[in-house]
Parts: sequence; structure tokens; C-alpha cells
Amino acid sequence: MRYLPQTPEDIAQMLQVCHAQALDDLYCDVPQELKLKQPYQLPEEMSEKEVRDFFASMRSKCTPLVCFGGAGFYDHYAPAVINALISRSEFLTAYTPYQPEISQGTLQYIFEYQSMMAELTGLDVSNASMYDGATATAEAMMMCVAAARKKNRVLISETVNPIVADVCRTYARYHKIALEVIPAKDGVTSRSEFELMMGAGDVAGVIVAAPNFYGIVEDYEGWADICHKAKALLVVNAPASALAAIRTPGEWGADIAVGDAQSLGMPLNYGGPYLGYMCTTKALIRKMPGRIVGATKDDKGQRVFVLTLQAREQHIRREKATSNICSNQGLMALYVAIYCSLMGPEGLKRVNELSCANAHDLAEKLAATAKMQLMYPDKPYLNEFLMKLPNLNAQAVVDKALEAGIFAGVKLADDLLLIAATEMQTAADIDRYVEIVKSL
Amino acid sequence: MNREYYSKLIFEHSRPGRQGFSLPKVTAKDTLDKALPPHLRRQKALDLPEVDEPTVVRHYTNSSNNNFGVDTGFYPLGSCTMKYNPKINDEIAADPVISRLHPLQPVCTTQGALEIYYTLQRALSEIGGMAEFTVNPFAGAHGELTGLMVIHAYHDSRADWARTKVIVPDSAHGTNPASAAVCGYQIVEVKSLPDGTVDVEDLKTKLGPDIAAMMMTNPNTVGMFEKHIPEIAKLVHDCGGLMYYDGANLNPMLGVCRPGDMGFDVMHINLHKTFSTPHGGGGPGSGPIGVRTGLEQFLPNPHVVKIDDGKYDVRFFDSALGRVSSWLGNFAVEMRALAYIMSLGSEGLMKVGPLSTLNANYIMQQLRDLYLLPIEGPCKHEFVFDGLKDKSTGVTTLNVAKRLLDFGFHAPTIYFPLLFHESLMIEPTETETRETLDRFIAVMRQIAKEAAEQPELVKSAPHNTPISHPDDTEAALHPVVTWKELS
Repeated sequence: MRYLPQTPEDIAQMLQVCHAQALDDLYCDVPQELKLKQPYQLPEEMSEKEVRDFFASMRSKCTPLVCFGGAGFYDHYAPAVINALISRSEFLTAYTPYQPEISQGTLQYIFEYQSMMAELTGLDVSNASMYDGATATAEAMMMCVAAARKKNRVLISETVNPIVADVCRTYARYHKIALEVIPAKDGVTSRSEFELMMGAGDVAGVIVAAPNFYGIVEDYEGWADICHKAKALLVVNAPASALAAIRTPGEWGADIAVGDAQSLGMPLNYGGPYLGYMCTTKALIRKMPGRIVGATKDDKGQRVFVLTLQAREQHIRREKATSNICSNQGLMALYVAIYCSLMGPEGLKRVNELSCANAHDLAEKLAATAKMQLMYPDKPYLNEFLMKLPNLNAQAVVDKALEAGIFAGVKLADDLLLIAATEMQTAADIDRYVEIVKSL
Repeated sequence: MNREYYSKLIFEHSRPGRQGFSLPKVTAKDTLDKALPPHLRRQKALDLPEVDEPTVVRHYTNSSNNNFGVDTGFYPLGSCTMKYNPKINDEIAADPVISRLHPLQPVCTTQGALEIYYTLQRALSEIGGMAEFTVNPFAGAHGELTGLMVIHAYHDSRADWARTKVIVPDSAHGTNPASAAVCGYQIVEVKSLPDGTVDVEDLKTKLGPDIAAMMMTNPNTVGMFEKHIPEIAKLVHDCGGLMYYDGANLNPMLGVCRPGDMGFDVMHINLHKTFSTPHGGGGPGSGPIGVRTGLEQFLPNPHVVKIDDGKYDVRFFDSALGRVSSWLGNFAVEMRALAYIMSLGSEGLMKVGPLSTLNANYIMQQLRDLYLLPIEGPCKHEFVFDGLKDKSTGVTTLNVAKRLLDFGFHAPTIYFPLLFHESLMIEPTETETRETLDRFIAVMRQIAKEAAEQPELVKSAPHNTPISHPDDTEAALHPVVTWKELS
């Protein structure tokens, strides 16, 4: 086996050094009755070609589509530079940078990543990453409760992505947090319900989304004040790429920004790996879960980077840590750093302009077929929108589009289709989609 | 590795007007202005670097040269299983078709991806001796938390509400108590005997109707096999608790024995340890969890199932503990792990454990005259020294670790486990040649010699790295964590 270098001769000589006759002697402390009686019931060793062929056959059972699906996962363009750089094995095969003397590469790109995320969210500080947008939001929920002490009520808007809300609900159940839903009205979080629920007291945090699950950019003017008066934290969940265009969590006065940064250069990859980000204010930095990289000086006076504020983390604080998170999504932070460096402010703005233009173009043309109409026509949206299908089943649209190699969107109900657009779809793709709907 | 430290940040290469992107032209005018009223738009200009493509490539290439990876050199990092990361796995993980699949696109277009997930799940079940696995958790700690949620859901399903505590050995990884706390449990610590194994008599005093589970690694964090595991499992089961296996140390058990056969009910595996997927400088990892028969229904949603006609589907079960991830975990990591399992096959996997154990014992035997070995007996894949044997020199474990960097080795894990003051934990893995091990042994012996003859040389190490002795105290006292704070 090419990954196992010891020859029979090596093994014999090494066993002698270990005062053992056979490899099994090194397991003399394992009770015989526990030992495997037969080899694993798994296929025999495959050659590299056979492994490659197997995965090629799996690939042939998959079909990439022109993607008008979103719901938290967006098909954006990833420049060729990203793959070329992230596959450098000095990055890829490194461990967590606990030895700063030989890990400045990792530490430096995480510092750059943190700087970029803080800038995008309009908040002071960022951690080095969480797993995905959903778990990052759940961690934010727990952070609210930890920061508030003795309060365990957290409110989450009905307009937050249901996948994110589901993960929060799971964590809340076991972490003994009372997670309550703020109802939505006309596609946006009900302000009056929110104020009513805040009035009942004991709220540690409030979680809202921007844009929300239906693609709508909601108005959170004054929400932070209401939260802060009640000593609750405001958490805004947002897909990272949109933050170059929409009002930022920081500009709404939020205390925590979380979400998925998949939209910043990561392929869809059938669900992962993605990257959950978390940013907060300087005042809350010691309550934030996850690793943080900080700048300092070395003995030659050079500016260098280290993992810092580790006293919050599980390997030091054990059960009193801010979170149990250990390995996170280190390498995915490099995707973000490279992507944002290449894009710059202009590139990110253009991604949003193109996505927004495509979405609005598609929405107008679909509405013109009279087979669909915007569910919330008077609400502002960026690149995703909810369509109501009065006389058509959403499944029929999805099935018909599939024949043409198009993913028409995410079906939310028989008469509801959630559709997203990015810079990836061409005018011809949009026209083909519209023709399919016309034909139904 | 660079000897020169290349220290500029990408922000410091920025010049207004430079551009590193290539996107289609915008044809529609003022789209954003029309779509969003002013107060819903970003208010402050976005301050990101403005750099050209060659600068970006050179910046990150130079930055990578300030990093040490498994491909650079030997990484004897205890408890982290830094084995070789096969290149075919990376090629497979970057599949041009699968990387374009949207998680919510119709399952008839993702059958291959679902088959990969299902095949991996079955292989892990065989290796773990479990009934079923989920590969949804993103990392080891996430797996622990999910596994504890399974245990919680099991007790809840029996209306057994009194079980509020989880037992954790004092030698456990920090994630064990942290995960139990996140899952809402109180932690009960059980003592270790001088040989590092669980004190069964102490355990007996901790058991009762309030115990939900006991978490263990086997071999434990000092690299010793917990030979009383059948008795421990029986004691915990007799009091109604479940046994949780922390798979961080699974590597030496490959080909020898399975957690399911040891009496564990729930386990996780770190694919980025035992199954060779790269650590990526701290993730993405993957922490699949397995359960014995009778607990499958609690595994988190979504599930991948094989249906009658040989097709695969994604299902959601009401009995599940809920959802812990957006979709099916870190999929590209899962592809790598399956490629590894297929490359080794049954026979190859059977050799992994014994060879990793051989490599560890080989090092241990040849250093124990100079380094203090607190625990006798054959170790498994790793072992712990309690620093140098000669304590008169004042040279600490930290000094030894930093001196190793000068010789082109990564440091071992230090000051963990907490059982010893000067813990120095070494795990070579099975993928290192005997020559590499011999060189490491020679260097460790030289450092011991230096410690006796010129202790200052060791105490002031490292000397040959691009940076040295960063001021950690200042970093924590006055945290500077963004470019803006720096400039």
C-alpha cells in the first residue's frame, strides 16, 4: 500500500526495538474477546485508477443545472485563482496554527479574513470562522443567553431561513433556551408583534434576517434601540455577498452579525464545506465563540500574528468555555480572503448589480406570462423573490425546467416557488426559463 | 518554509483603481438604486483591497511559504493524527460536476452524490461496529454534541428526565466537557489511576439514576488502552446510562477492535484524523457519528436512504433529534474519506492501526532514557513524556517543542493531557518512514544533550524560524484583530 512505507524488514527490526515478536504483542492489553475476528467486510484495495473510475461513475449520476435555486446557497462565479491558491499544500495540510513561528501563512490569511468580514458586516471584530451559517446563528443565540445571564428567552423572526431556524431550534432545545417565533406579516417580520413580545420581558436576544428568506430586504430602523433598552442583543443573519449592497448589520445597530459566507467564492459542492461567519462589537469580543487571530510583535520587532483570547476556548476553559467549537472551517476563510481581494469593492458591487438585474428581469418576465405573480409585489428585494402560482403546480414548473437543464427554484408549497438569480445566468437562460413557464 | 518573513497584508498592496476581477458588463442601469430605497442600501463605502490578479497570487504564494504542513515535514502532533493526505482525494473532492450541485436541487439529479454519502455511511458503520452513521456533523466537537443530543433524545423518548449528568474522565479532551455543557448536561469528572486509565472504583461512586452517559476515548489521551472497558460499559449500562466513544484516538484501533464491540452505544469519527482528510489550518473537518441498533431513529435530519429500486433519497424523520447542519455536512471532505477507504480497502485499513502503534512504540523505546516516561507498557498510536528526565537544567517542554522547529519538525502536542506538568505528547502516524522516525529520535536526543550542555540555546529557541517569540500577552491584553485597528 503506497501510503504505508514500512517494509517487512523495517517491521521486524522495529519490533525488536520494541521487545515484541509480532505486531499483535503491542496489543497485549486489549482483551482477546474484543478483537476483530475477521477483516472488515469492505471491498478490496483499489488502484488509483479504479478509485478515479468509481468517482467518475458517481459523477455520471449527477447533473449540474443552470441554477435559479437559492434559499441560502448561491451559485456565484469563483475565479480560477482561488483553486490554484487554496490547493497549495502548505495551507491545505497544515494543522490549527498553535505554533505561530511556523504558521504565519494561516494566521495572516485569517487576520485578513477577519478584517474583511468586519468591514462587510459593519461591525468591529470577527472570529476565525464557524461551520456554516445555520450553526453560526445557533452559536449567536447561545452567545446572547451567555451575555445576558439569567435570561433564556430568544426571539427569532418567522422570515429567517427555516433551515437556519431548525438548527437554532435543535440547539435551543438541548441548551434549554426558550426560542420563540416572531410572526411575519406580508413577508416581513411584524413590528407590532416584536414589540409585544419584547414587552413581556426576559429577552436575551432577537434574531432577524437581511435579506430575509423570501429575498425581501426588511427595514429594521429602531429595532436595535428596542433590544438595547431591554438589555437584549440584536442578531442579523445575512448571506455575506449581499452585505456589499444592503444596509449592514452594523448600520442597523446590531450586536452580532452571522450567516453563511459560501457566497464569497465557495462552490455549491452539494452543501459543503461552506463557512459560517460571526462578527460582533469590541465590547462583546470576550463572549464570542471560536478562534480569533490577533496582531502582536515578535522579539525582532516584526509585526506578527497569533491565536489570541484563547482563555475563552474549550481546550482551556473546558465546560465553562463560550462554545465547544474546536476545528472550524479554517481553509474556507482563505477562499473568502482571496475572493474579496480579487473582487475588491467594485467587483462585489458588480456581482450584486448583475444578480439584482437578473433577478428583477426574470421576475418581471415571469409575471408577464400571467402564470406567476410576485407574492409580495410591494416589497424591495435584491436577488431572490417568492412567486405565487395561482393556476399552476410549482412541482410541474420544477419538473419541466429540469428537462431543459434548469433548476427552477425551491418549491415552498404547491403554489409557491422561491427563485434566485446571480451573475451566473445569461439572458438566454432567463429567456429559456420564461418560455418553459409560458408552455405550461 | 521561508527563512525570510514576508509580512505585508493584502490591504497594504492596495492602490485605488487596481482591479483583480473579471465579470460580465452591467447592461441595466442603476439596478440597485431602483431595487432598494436608499435607507436599505449599504451606507458606508466598502473598504476592501484593490489589487490586481498577479499581486494576489504572489501575496498568497509567499504567505504559504511561511507555513508548515504535513507535506512540508514530520508532524508528531499527539491526538491530532497528522497522517499523509493523499492527492487523489483532493482531485476527487474538486469534482467539476459535483462541486456545482445545489443542495436543494431535485434528488434525481444528485443520485451519485447521495450514493457517495450512503456508501461512506455504510463503510463507517462496518469500521465502527455500529448500526448506522450520519455524516452531517462538521467536526469532531460537532459530532460530540450531536452524539450527546442522540443520547438526550433517547432518554427523553423513555420519559427518563432525571438524567442530567455526563461523566468525563479527567484526562479527556476539552471538547468533551464543553460539548456536554452545550447539550445542557452537568459534568461529573472521574479520576484516572497512575497508569492513566479510568479509576473504576471512583467511577462506581459517580454512577446513579442521574447519569445520562459516560464519554471516553479508547485508547485514552495518554495513549493507553482502557482494558477495563467491558466492565466500565457494563457498570454504566446497568445504571441506565449510555457509552459515548470519542473517536479522536480511533486510528490505532483500525484492524484491531471496534468501538461497537467494546460496548459503546454512540461514537464519532474525525475524518480529518483517521481517514486522512487534510486539516486545512483548522478545518473544514468532519465528525460523523454512529449509533448502535435501537438508536438510529434519533440521528439528525436529513437522512440519506436507499429505496427499493436501488435509488437514493433524502428523508426527514419525526423521531430525529432535529437538524444540526444546513444539509449533509462537509460533502467534499466526505468524498476524500471515501476515496481513502477505497484506496486502502479492507486489507489496507487492517494494517493502519498496528503500524501506527509500531511507529509510536519505536520512538518511545528510543527516547525513554532521556525523557521521563510516566506510564509503562506498550502505548498505542501515541504516548506522553513528562518532559526531560533531567529536571535540573530548567529546560521545559515548551523549550523542547520550540527547539524542534529549528530542525524542521512540527512540535508535539504540549501541556496536554493535564495529568502531568510537562506533558509532551507524540503521535507519529503510520505514514512516516523509519528514516524519518530515526531522524526525529536523533534530534530529540540532541536536544536533550543540548539541554544539559547549553541550556540557554534550547531555552531561547526557536532560532531558525521566520518569526520568533511573539508577544502573546500583549496580543491578549490589547486585542488587535482587524486591519482597521492596525492602521
